[in-house]
Formats: sequence, structure tokens, C-alpha cells
Amino acid sequence: MAQPPDTRSADTRSADTGSADTGVIHDIGYRGYSGPRLGRGYATRSLFTQSLRAAYGLGRSGKSKVLPMLVLAVVTVPAAIVVAVAITMKRDQLPVEYAGYLASVNLVIAVFLASQAPVLLSRDLRYQTVPLYFSRPITRTDYVRAKFAAMVCAQLLLMAAPLLVLYLGALLGGMDFSYNTGHFLYGLVAAVLYALVPTSVALVIAAATPRRGFGVAAIMGYLAVSAAVAAVAVGISDPGTTGSDAAQWTSLISPTELVESLVNEVFDLGVGLDRRYAPGGLGIAVFALVALALVVGSYRLLLTRYKKV
Amino acid sequence: MNPTVARLTLRGLLGRRRGLLLLVVPALLLLVSAIASGSSADAHGLTVKILGQLGLGTLVPILGLVVGTGVIATEIDDGSIVYLLAKPLPRWRIITTKLAVAIGVTWLFSVVPTLLSGLLLYGTRDGMVLGYTVAVLVAGAAYSALFLLLGVVTRHAVVAGLAYALIWESMVGNFVEGARTLSVQQWGRAVAEAVAGDTAIGADVSFGAAVPLLLVVTVGATVLASVKLAGLTLAGEE
Repeated sequence: MAQPPDTRSADTRSADTGSADTGVIHDIGYRGYSGPRLGRGYATRSLFTQSLRAAYGLGRSGKSKVLPMLVLAVVTVPAAIVVAVAITMKRDQLPVEYAGYLASVNLVIAVFLASQAPVLLSRDLRYQTVPLYFSRPITRTDYVRAKFAAMVCAQLLLMAAPLLVLYLGALLGGMDFSYNTGHFLYGLVAAVLYALVPTSVALVIAAATPRRGFGVAAIMGYLAVSAAVAAVAVGISDPGTTGSDAAQWTSLISPTELVESLVNEVFDLGVGLDRRYAPGGLGIAVFALVALALVVGSYRLLLTRYKKV
Repeated sequence: MNPTVARLTLRGLLGRRRGLLLLVVPALLLLVSAIASGSSADAHGLTVKILGQLGLGTLVPILGLVVGTGVIATEIDDGSIVYLLAKPLPRWRIITTKLAVAIGVTWLFSVVPTLLSGLLLYGTRDGMVLGYTVAVLVAGAAYSALFLLLGVVTRHAVVAGLAYALIWESMVGNFVEGARTLSVQQWGRAVAEAVAGDTAIGADVSFGAAVPLLLVVTVGATVLASVKLAGLTLAGEE
């Protein structure tokens, strides 16, 4: 109930001081909220959806939509062309492998990751909005969880789109159902791994710097340089000797090559001299462990990073 | 050239451990070369792979990108450029000073290690080392000017630069023959071919086309950057 301002002139001893008379507290009727509260889970989910939308520039200015949408088009349109060509040529199989397609557009996906991971993390740090989040019911763990999940989902959607185009195209073109379904699922597994391993490393880098430009350069620099070093190491080793197998181990330094090698070996995909693979059973075990360690380690690092903000 | 601007730019670029991060590039090149020089594989192929693909193809563009945008884009980004613009200095002199620093740093971190790893891998035969060193020298300068322009023109300089350096030059260039005509890397190679002979280094662009293109891009980027800096508006982050 709003009450009229109560000028307590009667019980102030202001008769002789005069100036204290102006100091009046008005009750203008502020009231606490006593209805139901949506709680921590709701806040975390909201942060997740907002971050996922922000990764694609949805709900932001037109300018910030340009890059994500461009990347989405660059990744999806070639898949549509591949399908169209295969159908008009009446091929009974797609000319590309699902997981192999992801590997070939890897660089574009890395550009998306490098440009959007800092959008999710660096800006909050730079404008010091992180403490504001933590003044709400969500905890530091919730924040990290929501941002991590949002970036992983954004990456996954980006890769699922071309796979879906390829798969639907293959089915509409009357290609073999069981073969395509199986390999589509391999592709999805690859997409999940690509969305987890490089992304977690990128998020750690993005959380380390409040400068967006520097974060972009650092993430892309790491992903591109490590992939180039691994590619060169495989390229310069003599094929046909044991040197070739040994050189495959260099894929461990690059998150993207690591996933590609692991997927190729586990599902027995890929052909040709420059095929990347995890060498043997030991290779699979080590590569899978390194991938797991990268994801879990990065997540732990993020948690420690946000312990003191 | 303005010595104070140069000193401040250099400090912004290399100060506070940032120089150490840049040092990764030469260290990596030297490390890979040192490991590869021990291998028994064909030395010519090794050198082409390491100096051409890794050095000239990947490390030099990335270094040029980090340095070229680092000298000016970071200042525009955090708004501290206004203190520099408020000084009674012609804008073109700010650009040329920053460009000189960028080129110097790019050369220091790319040409020297290229020379060293070339000598380590292949010795002084066939002018191979000379060829790649010249190519890195030329390409490094052009990349610096180009990425400095990007840093003035757009807030997304790093992404745009990456799209050019990695996607256009490497990915599109691999499939589409014509894309190589518009590639700084190929222009650098063309100049190097003219200097060191085509046994040392091959290029897809003729020398006669590469030199004008290089000059146009480098000088044009510098002029355009000066013009853009003269009318710079500081926009908020969208």
C-alpha cells in the first residue's frame, strides 16, 4: 500500500536546528517480490539459449550476423552442390564421405569457432559483466556449463547442417539406405567430436583474454599452425616405411587432426596417401585418451578460471 | 617516421610477454627444420614442404596478420587511438610509422628463421635458401600493409584477414587456378623466382604481373589506410 509521505516533524528535535527539517524519508511503496521464482536452472537455461543465439548473431545487430551466416552458407552450399551433381549424374553413391566432408571444410569451421568463442566469453570479461551474472542465483559452474554447452551446440549445428543435406540428398536420390544411414551416423559421431575437442581448447584461450581480436588470432593461430605442422610432418615422412606410422603421432598436437585421425581409424574411413589415422589399437587408445583429456582438462581450466573473476 | 610513435607501437606489440608469443613462430620453424634435417628423406622435397608449405604458406600469413593488425587494430579496438590522433601529426605519418614497425617485426620473426632453417635443411645449393628468403621478405611486407589496412577498415580485421590468408590462398588456391593470381604468397614466389631461378622456387604468377600487383597492393593499402584513418569514426561494439 502506498502511503502518503509522513513528515515526522513532530518527533524530530529540529525546532532549533532548522536544516534537519528537510531530511525526510518517504515511503513510496516499494515491495519485495513474493511470487514463485524460476530459479537457478531456468537462469542457466536462459544463459545457454542466449549464448547459442549470440553465436549465430541472432538477436544482435545485422553486422554480427554476417560472419556466422556466411560460414553456415560456405559449409552447407557445397554439400548441396555435391548432392545435386550426384543426382543428375545418376550416381549410386555420394562422391564424398560424410566424415571426410567435415574434414575438408575444417578450416571454415575453425574460423567460425575462432571468431565466435571470444564473442561468448571475452566480451563478458572486457565489460565486466561476469560479476553481474554471479550476483544472480547462477553459480560459476552454471556459467561455465551454459557457455560451454552453447558453443558446443553452435558448432554441432554448423556441422550437422551439411551432413543432413548430404544424407537427405542421398536418400532422395535413391541411394543405398543402410550404407548411407551408417555412414551418416559415423559423420555425426565425427561432428560431435569436432564440436567437443577443438571447441574446448578454443574456449580456454577465449576465457584467457578480454580482447576479442587477440582471442580470435590466438585460437586460429593455434589451430592452423598445429594442423600445418602435423600435415607437414606427415608429408615429409617417407611413405611405405615405418616412418609413416610414426609421423601420424604428430596429429596429437592438433585438436582437429586428432579427431580426424581417430574417426578415420575407428570407422575405417578414408583412402589415399595423405590419409590421417591413429596408428593401430594403441593409437586409438592414446588418441581417444588425449581427446578426452583435452575436453575434461579444458573444462576444469575454465572452472578454475572463473573461480576468481 | 616518428620515433615516439614507433617506440610506443613496438612496446604495444612486444611488451608484456606478447613478444614471447610471437617468438613461437620462428621457434616452431627452426624446431621442425632441426628435426627434419636429421631425417634421411629427400632434402629438396623436405625444404619445399617446410619452407614453402609451413613457412611461407602458413606461418608468414599468420605472423603478418597478428603483427599487421596488432600495430593498429588493438588501439582502435580499446579506443586509445584517440590520444594518438589528437597529436599534431599527419595521419599518413602515423600509418607509415606503424607500417614500418610492422614490416620490421614481421621480417625479424620470419626472414631470419627462414634463412636459418633453409641453411640447416639444404645448405647454400641452388639458391634455394635465397629464393625462399626473398619470397618471405616480399610477402611479409605485402601482408603487413594489407592487414594494417584491414585493421583500420573493419573491426573484424582478424577474421577477414584469416579468411583471406587461409581460405582464399590455401583452400581456394588449391582448387581454383585463377585464385592464385590474386595471392600475395604467389607474388612473393614470383619475385623470388626472378632472383634465385626457377630450380629454387616455382611460382604460378609471372614476374611481370607480380611486381605491379605487389606495388599496387602495398602502396594502395598504405594510402587507403591513411585516408581511412583521417576520417576514422570510433564505433561501439555491436
